[in-house]
Amino acid sequence: MTEPLVTPSRSGTMLRDAALVLGKDLRLELRSRVIINQVLPFAVLVLVLFAFALDPDRRILTQATPGLFWLAVLFSTLLALQRSFGVEAADGVTDALRLSGLDPAGIFLGKAAGIAVHLLALEVVLGLGVTLFYGATPHGPVLLVATCVAATAGLAAVGTLYGVLSAGMRVRDTLLPLLMLPVVAPVLIAATQAFAAAYDKTSGEGWRWFGLLAVFGLLYLAIGIFAFEPLLEES
Amino acid sequence: MEPVVSLRGAVCLLGRFPALAGVDLDVNAGEIVLLQGPNGAGKTTVLRACAGLVPVVDGEATVLGVDLVADRRAVRHRVGLLGHASGLYEDLTVADNVRFWARAGRALPADAEAAMTRLGLDGRLADVAVARLSAGQRRRTSLAVMVARRPELWLLDEPHAALDQEGRDVVDGLMADAVAAGATVLFASHEIDRATAVAHRTVTIAGGTATAVSA
Repeated sequence: MTEPLVTPSRSGTMLRDAALVLGKDLRLELRSRVIINQVLPFAVLVLVLFAFALDPDRRILTQATPGLFWLAVLFSTLLALQRSFGVEAADGVTDALRLSGLDPAGIFLGKAAGIAVHLLALEVVLGLGVTLFYGATPHGPVLLVATCVAATAGLAAVGTLYGVLSAGMRVRDTLLPLLMLPVVAPVLIAATQAFAAAYDKTSGEGWRWFGLLAVFGLLYLAIGIFAFEPLLEES
Repeated sequence: MEPVVSLRGAVCLLGRFPALAGVDLDVNAGEIVLLQGPNGAGKTTVLRACAGLVPVVDGEATVLGVDLVADRRAVRHRVGLLGHASGLYEDLTVADNVRFWARAGRALPADAEAAMTRLGLDGRLADVAVARLSAGQRRRTSLAVMVARRPELWLLDEPHAALDQEGRDVVDGLMADAVAAGATVLFASHEIDRATAVAHRTVTIAGGTATAVSA
């Protein structure tokens, strides 16, 4: 009774728990389809509304494509985060997580990975959307994909940190954007610049922005691994 | 033998309000102890403090040999707490929830399946989303999670609440089985007749202090 039935090595615990939490979040989406049925249509709607607003001058719309794409991703990220942490704050689940024996760093990585998977799927649809609605054609697909991965990692890491911080608050839905948007401004700028380079056949310049995104993502992933436990405690 | 739960002058605050104002409590290994007292007496706070969820800010508190004042997080994965909230994901099915929390607690998959069977949650009910369950079915699902995880110390807050007669009998059987398997049970209940029939001892709490202990 006193010995745990399975005793994974300490080094493997974090990744095992991350995989468990990721699997749970993907299953939650499979069961509820909130991202597919609500967040995804919202993101496409944002793209369409931008097109309506700027359509009189097609040239501006084409030039603004990278920024509009990442703004749509950013707004959708907020919705995805509210969903992701709303389920953790409901009906005593936060206490259950604290009592679960899951490694807090593993919970962080699992939650961040779940959000990243959802965002990457969203970005694929939005990428098709800007091609369809804005007529934008990328010339640097490798830079485009690398930028999406790095920027998504940064958004997911920051979002998971601030998501758990605001999860236990009654005003979490309005507080989260206020906390998060200023912090992810560098992601918006760098991702937009990298995308602009990918669309303008100037990929060399874009890779420097990608480097900034990669550093940002790795930095916040590292911060999250160490800071998530006290934040979960306070949520 | 050292008690599984040992509180000496334990003080817990909820905000600035002293929810516990110096509780003394011993629970020995293999005991089923009933906490009773009026609403707001501090029963839930005692259970949450023993689970390491509420900090003990003064006095001494040891659970399963872990000093809660020094590091209350170290005891959490060894206890099971059935609180007022279900601790379940509403959009996941009964089986999804039991399997996830069992795996999180390092239990074997077979334990999750056996727990669902024990609580009458196998078959069609296993594939129903928690959001569609009745209050009693949710209670059974939360209990199944606890059974699957096989904690060393069971902390149950109103375990009979929302359950039908059969469910209440199952809960009593679970407590007896847990103790037979080497665990210890501390529970709070307002159903005095049923609870005292199951418990080995009763501790009465009033005003945030343990005022009487009866055999």
